[in-house]
Amino acid sequence: MKPTPFDYSAPGSVGEVLALLADEEREAKVLAGGQSLIPMLSMRLARPGLLVDITRVPGLDRLYADASGALHIGAAVRQSRAADDPAVRDGWPLLAAAIRRIGHPQIRHRGTVCGSLAHHDPAAELPAAALALDARFVIAGPGGTRTVGAADFFVATFQTAVAPDELLTEVVLPPRAGDGWAFEELARRHGDFATLGVAVTLRRAPDRRTVAAARAVFCGAGPVPVRLPAVEEALTGTDAGAAALDAAASAALAGLTPADDVHATAAYRREAAAHLLVRACTLAWERCS
Amino acid sequence: MTTDLATPDPATAIHAAPPPLAEPSGWHEIRLTVNGAPVTAQVESRLLLSDFLRDRLRLTGTHVGCEHGVCGACTVLVDGEPARSCLTLAVQCAGAELRTVEGLAPGDAPLTPVQRAFHECHGMQCGFCTPGFVMTATALTEQPRRPDAADVADALSGHLCRCTGYRNIRRAVCQALDERFDGGDAEQGE
Ligand SMILES: Cc1cc2nc3c(=O)[nH]c(=O)nc-3n(C[C@H](O)[C@H](O)[C@H](O)COP(=O)(O)OP(=O)(O)OC[C@H]3O[C@@H](n4cnc5c(N)ncnc54)[C@H](O)[C@@H]3O)c2cc1C
Ligand code: FES
Ligand code: FES
Repeated sequence: MKPTPFDYSAPGSVGEVLALLADEEREAKVLAGGQSLIPMLSMRLARPGLLVDITRVPGLDRLYADASGALHIGAAVRQSRAADDPAVRDGWPLLAAAIRRIGHPQIRHRGTVCGSLAHHDPAAELPAAALALDARFVIAGPGGTRTVGAADFFVATFQTAVAPDELLTEVVLPPRAGDGWAFEELARRHGDFATLGVAVTLRRAPDRRTVAAARAVFCGAGPVPVRLPAVEEALTGTDAGAAALDAAASAALAGLTPADDVHATAAYRREAAAHLLVRACTLAWERCS
Repeated sequence: MTTDLATPDPATAIHAAPPPLAEPSGWHEIRLTVNGAPVTAQVESRLLLSDFLRDRLRLTGTHVGCEHGVCGACTVLVDGEPARSCLTLAVQCAGAELRTVEGLAPGDAPLTPVQRAFHECHGMQCGFCTPGFVMTATALTEQPRRPDAADVADALSGHLCRCTGYRNIRRAVCQALDERFDGGDAEQGE
């Protein structure tokens, strides 16, 4: 099938983007990399009257670390550019690893980091990584610009804090501070969306023997990325040894309530989550600096 | 309208006229470069790049399988990087430089190392998926450093071949990489 007719505009400023998105009669939609939106148009699951291409807005393609060391990723920054950036690979390797799990290079060359976050497929890797990394989301709208934390950004399947007349202008990641990291996932084939995935960060205490802080966020386990405090408590203060990993895995089994779908049953997903968590924690502990 | 893309002459702009029966909604004039030749065209907003190449420019070497990004048959190079032409609107390509399989060895030009390797290693069976694979492989050979085996697997997994396995395709790509990167590591990816 082909898309239904629509208008297309490639404005030159965020202000113009917002003015076009405010056009309720035409039902405007943001077009970034198009790697999720264009299939939806072709299948006629979406029938917007106007596509607003944000990739030509000067400034939205900025990818940089600010004076405080936080990483800013603009709305037009493509996934492959972020994953290949030396500063990202060095400072936020979890982000680079999550991006490399997205489809194939042919998709990542066009798909944007912010587009994946704004699209918020529950099986997508980047929302889980963003929550594990404490991302902040900068959203521009008719009433000005606001910043939303990752815990409040993901609302439901395909739904985020970004309203239809708003634009996610950038995502900001705080400095990593030497945390160990891992992104592990189970997918039917290399490059597929995660049937279940987990992003883990671990920080070593000054004595280097115990876990000072832990983060574990699952994707494919619910309508939004799932962070389990019980898993993190089971790891914190331990030596990340077998007993601690067992306790963390049990906490994941007990805490996750995924749904059955065509890809896997809920029971299979929980089991996979426990195994992937152990593998990810082991890797993350080794990678702590 | 002349679309003699076999021997692109950058001096002659190609004017691809809109087809008469298309719906007149959201038309745009775009200028871009296709296989080295400047192209100016009126396109409807919703025209997919794959349809623009095939139906309007008659560059039917770019194949369309699934039309939602899964099979990779429609892969072309957009500003040097492999991308799905079925997940790209023609209008998004204003100002872009596109390369399709027709641009690799136009007219009587010798086959490129990638094309030759596909021929020699029997990397092509029915040929439906081949243009996409060849374009992705071409981009791999154009990187500044030799991609490692994992990069090759990652790139090739973005394509589905329905004919047989991928062994010969991978062999062809490795041969082309060996040739490009000075012998390199012949065992790469095997
Ligand atoms: C074959 C294939 C395999 C894939 N595999 C994976 C995978 O394994 N994992 C995965 O996570 N994804 C996968 N994807 C999806 C891909 O990652 C998309 O690139 C991504 O989800 C969307 O990014 P985009 O820039 O292409 O956004 P678009 O498709 O342009 O937009 C997606 C949605 O987000 C909205 N949007 C985009 N940017 C903004 C913004 N700045 N502000 C507000 N709204 C915005 C759009 O309006 C639209 O509703 C796959 C896609 C394909 C075709
Ligand atoms: S036709 Fe474009 S990926 Fe299948
Ligand atoms: S050669 Fe026939 S589909 Fe690949």
